[in-house]
Amino acid sequence: MNKVMSIFKNTAVVTPFVAIIIGLLLGAIIMLIGGYDPILAYESLIIKIFGSSYDFGEALRTIVPLIMSGLAVAIAFRSGMFNIGVDGQIIMGSLGALIVGTQLSLPPLLHALTAIIFGALLGGMWGALVGYIKAKRGINEVITCIMLNFIALYISHIVIRTYMPQAGTQRSEMIHSSASIQIGWLSELMGGARIHWGFLIAILAVIFYHIYLNKTKWGYELRAVGLNPHAAKYAGMKVPNVMVRTMFISGVFGGLVGTFEVLGVFKYIAINSVTSGLGFDGIAVSLLGGNTALGVLLSAALIGGLTYGSQGMSFGAEVPGEIIRMVIAFIIFFVAAPGIVRLFLKPLQQKLKKKV
Amino acid sequence: MTKADIALELKGITKRFSGVVANDSISFQLKRGEIHALLGENGAGKSTLMSIVFGLYQPDEGEIYVNGNPVWMDSPNKAIDLGIGMVHQHFKLVEPFTVTENIILGMEPKKGVRIDIKGASRKVKELSEQYKLDVDPMATIESISVGMQQRVEIIKTLYRGADILIFDEPTAVLTPQEISELLEIMKRLVAEGKSIVLITHKLKEIMEIADSCTIIRRGKVIETVEVAKTNPQQLAEKMVGKAVNFKTEKQKAKPQEALLEVNDLVVKGAGGTHAIDKLSFSVRAGEIVGIAGVDGNGQTELIEAITGMCTIHSGEILLKGKRITNQSPRMISESGMSHIPQDRHKHGLVLDFTVSENTVLQTYYHPEINQHGFINTKARDAMATRLVQEFDVRTSGIDAKVRSMSGGNQQKVIIAREIDKNPQVMIAAQPTRGLDVGAIEFVHQQLIAQRDQGKAVLLVSFELEEILNVADRILVLFGGQIVGETTPETTNDQELGLMMAGKHEGNDSNE
Repeated sequence: MNKVMSIFKNTAVVTPFVAIIIGLLLGAIIMLIGGYDPILAYESLIIKIFGSSYDFGEALRTIVPLIMSGLAVAIAFRSGMFNIGVDGQIIMGSLGALIVGTQLSLPPLLHALTAIIFGALLGGMWGALVGYIKAKRGINEVITCIMLNFIALYISHIVIRTYMPQAGTQRSEMIHSSASIQIGWLSELMGGARIHWGFLIAILAVIFYHIYLNKTKWGYELRAVGLNPHAAKYAGMKVPNVMVRTMFISGVFGGLVGTFEVLGVFKYIAINSVTSGLGFDGIAVSLLGGNTALGVLLSAALIGGLTYGSQGMSFGAEVPGEIIRMVIAFIIFFVAAPGIVRLFLKPLQQKLKKKV
Repeated sequence: MTKADIALELKGITKRFSGVVANDSISFQLKRGEIHALLGENGAGKSTLMSIVFGLYQPDEGEIYVNGNPVWMDSPNKAIDLGIGMVHQHFKLVEPFTVTENIILGMEPKKGVRIDIKGASRKVKELSEQYKLDVDPMATIESISVGMQQRVEIIKTLYRGADILIFDEPTAVLTPQEISELLEIMKRLVAEGKSIVLITHKLKEIMEIADSCTIIRRGKVIETVEVAKTNPQQLAEKMVGKAVNFKTEKQKAKPQEALLEVNDLVVKGAGGTHAIDKLSFSVRAGEIVGIAGVDGNGQTELIEAITGMCTIHSGEILLKGKRITNQSPRMISESGMSHIPQDRHKHGLVLDFTVSENTVLQTYYHPEINQHGFINTKARDAMATRLVQEFDVRTSGIDAKVRSMSGGNQQKVIIAREIDKNPQVMIAAQPTRGLDVGAIEFVHQQLIAQRDQGKAVLLVSFELEEILNVADRILVLFGGQIVGETTPETTNDQELGLMMAGKHEGNDSNE
C-alpha cells in the first residue's frame, strides 16, 4: 500500500496520468456539446485497436515510428537541445533506404540491412550537422533544424525526380522486394497488416536508449551537459563533442523512422510538398513520456493507439476523428503546464496526507 | 532636524533567506541632499537591503519611511512612484534600442496610438543638459561606452522622477576616468537636490564624495559615521571587523619547490582590456598562497586561465615544471590540478545529479569507474560512500540529489572530490562563500591538511579574515596586477584593506 502511495506522491508519474484523464474528459465534453455519444465513441475507439488482428497490427505499425521519433526528440532534450529537425532526419533516412533499395541488387537479408544502415547513417549525419553548427558556431538548433527540414525535403525531391522517378506519377519507383523488411508470415497471420521488423528495432532502440543514457560514460556526459553545461565544461568534458554525438544518435533514430516507412510500409517515397510531421509527433511523445525510455514507449503507444483508433470512432460513433487530435493536444497541454494539473492534485494529495 | 529633512529612513529591517539572516534589524537614515555610502564586504547584506528599499524583496520585519511617511514597498513600481530610482550594477538595457527608447521603456508617452519619440527625446536631452550628462538620445545602446550606458540608467531614474537614487557598486565596471566623471555627476545630482545612496566597498570613493557612511558587517549595522570625521584606516577596520575568536590551528609552513608557476601572464577581458596584466607568481609545495583583492580585479580571469577555462593571451603557466598554458581543462586536471570553483552551483556541481554521480564528475572515464564504456555503478557508489564518510557529508544517502542538500554539504562534496584526486596543486576560489562557521572551519582545515601533505594551495578570497587565517603568504591583486606581497604575521587587515582598495602605502597613484 505504501508503494502505491509513493507513486501517487511522485508528480513526475502522476502528472501525465492526470493529464491523460483530463484530456479524455475534455474530449468527451466536446463530443457531448457536438451532440455525439462519448461513451460509444471511446468504445469504438478501443474496438478499432483491439477488434481484429489486422487492426492490432496496423495500430502497432502506427506506434513504431512514434517510438523512434519520440526517442530522437528525447535524447536531444536530455542533452539540453531541442531537435525539431526529426522530420528532416526522417526524410534523409527514407531517402537513404530508397537509394539502396532501388539502386542495389543484393541478397534479401543483406539488402534490407544495408538499406537500413545507410538510411540511419544519412539521418544521423543530418542530425550531427545540426549539433556541429550549434557546437562550433553557437547557432540555435531550432533555426538550423527548420532550415534543414526544408533542405532535406527538396534534396529528396531532386534525387527522386532525377534518378528514381516512377513515370507518370508523383512518386519514386518501388524498392526491390529483397530490401523489404515486412514480416510476410506475420503479416498474413494478421490479415495483411503491414507489420515489419522495425517493431523489433524500435524495442531494441528503447532498451539502447535506457542503457546508453543511464549506464554508459557517454550517457553520463550527455546528462551532465543537459543539466549543467557549465559544470560539465569545468569538469573537463568536451561539450561540443557531446552535442554532435547526441545529435548524431538523435538523427539515427529519426533516420530509422524513414527507413521503416520506405522498406516496411510504403515501398516508395511520394513527392509531397510538406514533411511527414512524424517528428513533431515525436515532440509530443517525448514530452508526455518525460524523456525516459519507458515513458516514451508508453506515450508512443497511447498517442499511436489513439490516432489509429480514431478511425474507428468516426466509423462506429460518427464522431469526426479530429476530436482525438484535440484530445492529444489537451493531454500535451496539461503535461506542458503541470501547474494546472497540480491544481487538480492538491486537494487529493492533502487528503492522502491526512490519511497517512 | 525636522521629519522632512530625512528622505529615506529604515527602521529595524530584518530579512531572512531560508533561515540565513541577510539583514539583521538594520536602521538607516538618508538625509535630503546628501550622499550616504553603504559600506561592507561582499555578502554583508548591502545589496539585499537596497533590494528591499527598491521593492524587489519584502522585509520580514521593520519599516520603511519615505519623506517621513511609512510605506509598504511591494514592487519596484511602487518604489518608482515614491521617487526612488536604482542604478543597478548590471545595467538593464535593451542593446539594439536607442537611448530614448530605453528610457521610456515601460512608460511610453503616447500621441494617439503612436509613441511620442520626439517629445521623449526632447525631454531626455533636457535632463542630459541639466545634469551635464552629455548623452545622445538617438544613439543605440550597443554603440555607446559602458560609462555612457550607466548615464542612460541615471537618466532613466530621473525621467521617472526619482529624488532618491541608489547606486549599486556603480564604479565596478568603469575605467578610472569614467569613475571620476561619475563622481562629478553624483555631486551635481546632489547639488540639484537629489539624495543618493552609494553602495560600495571602495574606500577611496567614499572619502571623496560621501557625506556620511553606514558600515554593515554580516547583516548588521556596525556604525554610521560622518566621512569628514573619519579616515580610510578606520573605515577599513570597521568594514572588516576584528578577527573572529577562533583562529585555525596550523603549524608553520615548510615550503619546498615551486609546483605552480605563473610567468608574465596576460589575459584579455571584455572589450580587449587586460584583465590580467603581466602577472607573475609561484606557489610552492607545502604552502598556501592567498590572493586578496576586491571582486573584479582579475580573480576570475586568473583562475580561469590557470584551470584552462579561458584563453591565455601571453605568458606561461607551469605545473610542476610542465607547461599547461592553454591546455584543455581535462589535460590540466590530469596533470595534477584540483579546483574548487567560486560558483559551486554553476560550475562545481550538477545539482540534479546524485551525490554519487557528482563525485565522479571529473573521473568517470578512469578505468576504476569506466569499464568498456559502461559506468561501474558499484565502484562509483563505493567511492561515493567512502568520501561521504571520510568528509562527513551530511546527506540522506549517496542517491540523494545534491540540490536537496545544504550549501556546506554541497561544498563538502566538491572538496571531497577534488582532494580525492590527490592533486599537486589545489585552487580554491572563495571556498567558504555563503557557508556557516562550522563549515568554514572544516574547509580551512582541509586546505591546511593539503598543505601539510606537501601540496601547493592557491586560495583566492574576498574575505580578508579568511586570507589572514589560512594563507602563509599573501598577494594582493588590484587591476589585474599584484600590487603587494606580504605575510599574515607582518600585516593586518587595515593595511591589507588599503592595498586591496588600490591605496598602496606611499603610492597613491596606483589606478
